Amino acid sequence: MASTTPTQIDTAPPVAKSGRSTGRAGDKIFAGLSKGSGILLLVIMASIAAFLTYRATIALSENEGNFLTTFDWNASANPPVFGIAVLLFGTVVSSIIAMAIAVPIAVGIALFISHYAPRRLAAPIAYVVDLLAAVPSIIYGIWGALFLVPQLNGLNLWLDEYLGWTYVFDKTQVGVARSLFTVGILLAIMILPIVTSVSREVFLQVPRMNEEAALALGATRWEVIRMSVLPFGRSGVISASMLGLGRALGETMAVATVLSPSFLISGHILNPGGGTFAQNIAAKFDEANEFGRDALIASGLVLFLLTLLVNGAARLIIARRKDFSGANA
Amino acid sequence: MAKRIDVSGLSAFYGSHKAIDDISMTVEPRSVTAFIGPSGCGKSTFLRTLNRMHEVTPGGRVEGKVMLDDENLYGAGVDPVAVRRTVGMVFQRPNPFPTMSIFDNVAAGLRLNGSFKKSELSDIVERSLQGANLWNEVKDRLGKPGSGLSGGQQQRLCIARAIAVEPQVLLMDEPCSALDPISTLAIEDLIGELKERFTIVIVTHNMQQAARVSDRTAFFNLAAVGQPGKLIEIDDTDRIFSNPSVQATEDYISGRFG
Amino acid sequence: MSHTLQDQRPTRARKSAAPASLTRGGLPRWAPAGIAALSIALGSGIGLAFDLHSKIQWGLIASLLFIGITYAASAVVENRRQAKDRVATSLVWVCFVLAVIPLLSLMWTTISRGLKLLNGNFLTHSMNGVTSFDEGGGVYHALLGTIEQIALATLIAAPIGLLTAVYLVEYGKGKLAKAVTFFVDVMTGIPSIVAGLFILTTWNLMLGFGPSGFAGAMALSILMMPVVVRSTEEMLKLVPNELREAALALGVPKWRVILKVVLPTAIGGISTGLMLAVARIAGETAPIMLLVFGSQLINGNPFEGAQSSLPLYIWEQYKVGSDASYDRAWAAALVLIAFVMILNLVARGIARWKAPKTGR
Repeated sequence: MASTTPTQIDTAPPVAKSGRSTGRAGDKIFAGLSKGSGILLLVIMASIAAFLTYRATIALSENEGNFLTTFDWNASANPPVFGIAVLLFGTVVSSIIAMAIAVPIAVGIALFISHYAPRRLAAPIAYVVDLLAAVPSIIYGIWGALFLVPQLNGLNLWLDEYLGWTYVFDKTQVGVARSLFTVGILLAIMILPIVTSVSREVFLQVPRMNEEAALALGATRWEVIRMSVLPFGRSGVISASMLGLGRALGETMAVATVLSPSFLISGHILNPGGGTFAQNIAAKFDEANEFGRDALIASGLVLFLLTLLVNGAARLIIARRKDFSGANA
Repeated sequence: MAKRIDVSGLSAFYGSHKAIDDISMTVEPRSVTAFIGPSGCGKSTFLRTLNRMHEVTPGGRVEGKVMLDDENLYGAGVDPVAVRRTVGMVFQRPNPFPTMSIFDNVAAGLRLNGSFKKSELSDIVERSLQGANLWNEVKDRLGKPGSGLSGGQQQRLCIARAIAVEPQVLLMDEPCSALDPISTLAIEDLIGELKERFTIVIVTHNMQQAARVSDRTAFFNLAAVGQPGKLIEIDDTDRIFSNPSVQATEDYISGRFG
Repeated sequence: MSHTLQDQRPTRARKSAAPASLTRGGLPRWAPAGIAALSIALGSGIGLAFDLHSKIQWGLIASLLFIGITYAASAVVENRRQAKDRVATSLVWVCFVLAVIPLLSLMWTTISRGLKLLNGNFLTHSMNGVTSFDEGGGVYHALLGTIEQIALATLIAAPIGLLTAVYLVEYGKGKLAKAVTFFVDVMTGIPSIVAGLFILTTWNLMLGFGPSGFAGAMALSILMMPVVVRSTEEMLKLVPNELREAALALGVPKWRVILKVVLPTAIGGISTGLMLAVARIAGETAPIMLLVFGSQLINGNPFEGAQSSLPLYIWEQYKVGSDASYDRAWAAALVLIAFVMILNLVARGIARWKAPKTGR
């Protein structure tokens, strides 16, 4: 393609000059509009931070508990007592579980589609994965609560029996699997399609000649993937995971349907109970008075900062790798 | 170190389309054999059948025999990975691994094939880079990404990478077509040196280049677009360019078509 | 260029990486399938023998066996590199199967349970006068609300998103563009409930408006913007620079080059991205819950009063917890999935229809 374009330029007839005069003003307006949109986006982001902070300070000034360490949420009571310790713990733990399960599997599926599946299967599978990325979270939520939870009881007993010595998998409380672990699995299933489809796109973009370079050195298929596909796709996989993590951290409905909330922190992830920021907001919003809402906004601000932090870190990782990224030329 | 290639009755397909038809030829060890011919005549496809790279193209399929000394590359039980390890390849556009440093690029093939001590590895890397006439230019920045080099340097890096694993045969698919004249000259000089150690097959569009670097030249042609490519003749380069035995070769070389 | 003496160096004896021969022992072609069958049989056997309750356990045992046996067999018959390659292949297949099972189960559950109630009556009636434990009722009001809310959200988000992407790709240089790029990324990660809280603080608490479809749409548009920017940006970047230069070299002003050359070239991908963004927000529940409040009645005016929406409806019916409400929740879930899938199919259709002819 590159070789044909210059000749097109050379042989093209000179254009009529009439378009020129409208060009200047048009250029200015168009550039201004597009720049304005960019600025508007920044303004929105800034005001999210500003307004949430403003309402949060109202709530925090009245809080009788310690916002960071109190294991309770009675924001509408008098005096109000609330803290985010349990929510922070639950959010982080369930997201970590989700990432630990989803990212390796998603990379596997993405490789399956891009490099392993029989050619006739690859396209339809990719298509189905894309469609599943669009399944709304509330549907994952009711499926998780009504179908997955009963299915997981066996696995939970098993983990408790064989891995109970790890403390983490020690199930000390009886009860159905409405635990952070189940939430993690459900979140993993939910973010799987999105991480997969983004990773797959990246893997498919690996230049053919990079793969052939490895093949010609006598690399097996796995070695080709390790030498050219994974390094090329690394930053793509990171940004895919970042998208997934963002969804997992802030996921509301799937957690709200599955978890049986409690204001306890427990390292035993199989025990029912716990809570996440988003789930807590959804659960407490209806009954909250105006001050209660401000308290929920304060917790929302923390969630917002958390996602900000995650995204910022991921961006830094990607930027640092730019030197060695395949996206040159 | 270098092996003879003996091709007999080789045809290659893309799906149901036959790209080259019934080719037989012998490539002598420690020599440079050039493939010339008009675009689409299948010379690159044929080159890729010599290290079983053709079959990685979707739908790629081969019939016939390619003997490397006394082993058939397409025989039963032959591992294509081992074939490509034995028959190295340099591509049309330089393709260093973009995420690897210069050093790692050269060492890539070695690392696949077993564990080397660090000192051994840097010995081989240095020797290969010297073999590719690149050492003096990059010895101070072995840790920098290979994609930061100029096009000609990148191509020599790819040659260093290919010869680091000590292949028997080195295939080059239009290795200079993306390069400027000075880099081209550097590569051509290098080919002259490398033929002391390797059997070299080079595809080129540039007939002067074929005349300059090769000992033997094969001319490929196709009857019409969509028809499979055929080997018209193969002979000593001097003869092909002075007194070819087939009229079509002479027409092509004298620029009457193609 | 100095051609030095490397040829005269003695070829030192060294560990040669060259294979002694081109042939190697190999597992037969049916080996992976055979090992898979064996593992599944063993997994089921173990599951039965130890009376394991859930099929999840059976599957995990079978997967582990599959990978283990593959490695062992290949390491014995072939070599370690080959064994690694085969393990990678089998891992990738296992990943695929592991992922497909829950996804198929989700689809199957939704479709089989949703079809029970899904009919014309369900689609054309609201929940007016139907108490939670009654049977009957429908989703008409929720469907209407969803369509109005996402239409409004798209009207807000699409132009802003498109223009921002154009700015980033065609004009953006320097600090502002970097900041925008960075914050678009950050914005992609905003949880939907936070977007909901933001509109709640500004629109409802500060400006004093009540719940409405429009408030929900504003929150949805915040979620949609970064998605549109990113997908459009990707598509614009795919437009080859030669094309822009060719047009600019003809003396066409830049904005017309963008409008007449760049955007039309990328239009397939852009509209696909847009539709996918719409599909994404169509299923959002959390901001709707905070801002639109939910209603059992038909309210066709998104600017005034509480509305419903499909995802919110599902949540409400799930919370009730009666058999009749579960049935309604599944049926609504099926409607929502169908709605989202249709959007997706249309998006794909556009992508295929508008795909550049020179595509791969």
